[in-house]
Amino acid sequence: MAKTDDKTVYMDKSEKAKSLSKPRYFEHRGNRNNMWKVFNFVLLAAGSLLILSPLWWMFATSLKTMQEVMAYPPSFFPESWEWGNYIRTWQVAPFTTYTINTLTITTLVVFGSVLANSFIAYGFAKIPFRGKNIWFAIVLSTMMIPGFVTLIPQYVLFSKLGWVNTYYPLIVPHFFGSAFYIFLLRQFYMTIPTELIEAAKIEGASHFYIWWKIGLPLTKPALATVAIFSFNGAWNDFLGPLLYLNDENLYTLQLGLAVFKGQLNTQWNYLMAGSLLVLLPVILLFFFFQKYFIQGINLSSGGK
Amino acid sequence: MRKKGWTMRRKEGIYGYIFIMPFIVGFIGFTAGPLLFSLAGSFTDYNITSQMEFIGVENYQSLIVEDGLFRTSLWNTLYYVALSVPLTTLGAIFLSALLNQDVPGIRYFRTLYYLPAILSGVGVYLLWMQLLEPGTGMVNLILSWVGIDGPNWLFDPDWTKPSLILMKLWSVGGSMLLYLASMQGVSKSLYEAAEIDGASRWKQFIHITIPMITPVIFFDVVTSLIGGFQIFQEAYIMSGNGEGGPANSLLFYNLYMWNQAFESFDMGYAMAMSWILFVIVFILTIINLKLAPRWVHYEGEEK
Repeated sequence: MAKTDDKTVYMDKSEKAKSLSKPRYFEHRGNRNNMWKVFNFVLLAAGSLLILSPLWWMFATSLKTMQEVMAYPPSFFPESWEWGNYIRTWQVAPFTTYTINTLTITTLVVFGSVLANSFIAYGFAKIPFRGKNIWFAIVLSTMMIPGFVTLIPQYVLFSKLGWVNTYYPLIVPHFFGSAFYIFLLRQFYMTIPTELIEAAKIEGASHFYIWWKIGLPLTKPALATVAIFSFNGAWNDFLGPLLYLNDENLYTLQLGLAVFKGQLNTQWNYLMAGSLLVLLPVILLFFFFQKYFIQGINLSSGGK
Repeated sequence: MRKKGWTMRRKEGIYGYIFIMPFIVGFIGFTAGPLLFSLAGSFTDYNITSQMEFIGVENYQSLIVEDGLFRTSLWNTLYYVALSVPLTTLGAIFLSALLNQDVPGIRYFRTLYYLPAILSGVGVYLLWMQLLEPGTGMVNLILSWVGIDGPNWLFDPDWTKPSLILMKLWSVGGSMLLYLASMQGVSKSLYEAAEIDGASRWKQFIHITIPMITPVIFFDVVTSLIGGFQIFQEAYIMSGNGEGGPANSLLFYNLYMWNQAFESFDMGYAMAMSWILFVIVFILTIINLKLAPRWVHYEGEEK
C-alpha cells in the first residue's frame, strides 16, 4: 500500500516538473553527475574484467603444458603456447563423430522448432475459434511442470517404442511445439495487423497459404530468435543424450566431454581445450546474432 | 446472411484446431499422458520390465518416513534454492542498475556481461571445476591477492553448494537483460520530478525504480524458483558423475530421483518422488501468486 502512495506523490510532482524551467537543475547537478559517471565506468570496467577472466583462464589453461597446469601458484599467462594441445585433444577422443552427431540432432531440432511453433502460434494469434483461451492457458501451464515429472514416463514410453539408443527421443518432441516458443511467437504475431490477413482472406487465400506466404516472412526476426535459442538448447543438452544414448558412436559433444573428463581426470589443459572447442560455436553465434538473443529476452518479458 | 456467417465461423474454428493440433497431440502424448501414467505409477512397484504391481501409498510412506537420503536431497535442494534465488535476483537488479547508466561504451559492457548467460552445458561445468581447484584454480588465486585463504570448494561438503551458486552468479546476465528492459521503460519524468525535490539517487532507486520493475522481479523469482528446484546437470557433472559429491552434499532432489529411476530402476519410487516435487513447486507458485498483489505494482492499475 505504502509503495503505491509514494508513486502517486511522485506523479503529482511530475506535473510540477513541467512547470519549472529545465536549465536550473542541470547547473547544480553537472559536477556530481560527471563524478558519478567516472565512478560507474571504473566499476563496470573492473567488473567486466572479472566476468571475462574465467573465459581467459580457460583459453590460457588450454595452452599450458601439463607441468604448468599443476604448478603452484598458477599463472594467468602460459609460458609456452602449446597449440598442439588442441590437435591432441581432437585425436584422443572421437570429437569428429561427436560433432557430426550433434550437428545432425541440432539441425533437425531447430527445423522442427521453427516450423511447429510458428504454425501453432499463428493459430493462437490470428484465428478466432472456440476454446482458444483454455488451450492457451494449457500452453502456459505446461511451463510450470517440473521436467522430471514427465521425464520418467516419457522414458518408459520411448523405450516401449524401441526408441532408446536412437535420436528420435531427442528430436521428435520438438516437432510438437513448446510453451515458451509458442508464447514468444504469438506475442510477435500480435504486432502484425489483422487487416493484412483479412485482406488476404477476401482474396480467397486459405490460412495455410497466409501462414506460409505472409506469416513466415513477416515473423522472420522472431523465428531467428527461436532458431538461435533452440540451437543453443540442443547443442548444450546433456540430460537427453545421457538418458537415451548408450552406443558411443551416437554420442554428442556434451556427452563426449563428460566421458572425456572421466578418462582424463585432471589433465586440465586438454579438458579446457575440449571445453573451449565445444563452447566456441555458441560464442561465435552470440557475437554474430546478438540482436536476436536480446530480442528473445524482450519478447518473453511481454514487451516490445 | 446469418447462415453464411455461421458457417464462416465454424470453418475458422476448424482451421484454428488444425493449427494448434501439433500442440494438442504433443500435449496428450508427451505431457498429459505421461503425467497420468506417472501418477498411477507412483502407487506401484515397477521397474520398466516388470508388471506394475499396485502397492498403495507405500512409496510415499517409505520416502517420507524412512528414507534418510530423500530428506538429505530435499534439504540440499531447499538450501540451494533459498540461497541462489535471492542472490541471483539481487545480483541481476544491481547489475542492471549499473548498466542502465549513460557511460561511454555502455553497449559493449552490456554485451560482455550478458555473454556468460548464453554459455551452458558440460564445457562450463568443467571450466568451473578447474577455476575452483583449491591449489591450481583461478578463484583461490584471486582470493589470495586480497589475503584470503580460499576454501576447498568442490571438495569440502560445506562449500559445494556455494560453489554452484558462484557459478550461477557468473551467468546472471540473462535476467539482467530482463530488468534492464524494464528499467528503460520507466518514464523519465518521474526521475526529473524526484530530482527537483532533491531526492538522492539511492532514494530514487528505492522509491521509483524498484516499484516500477516489481512485475519483472515477480516473473524472475517465480521462474528461478521453479528452475532452482530442478537443478541436475551441474550436480551430476561436478560431483563426479552422479554420485552426489562429497558427503552427499550435492545430492539434489533430481539427482536422487535420477539414481532411483535409472540406476536402481525403482521407477515407482522415483515417480512418487517426482509428484512430491511437483506438489512442492505448485504450492510455492500459488503462494507467490497470492502474495503478488501485496508488492507487485502494475502500471495503469487502479487501487
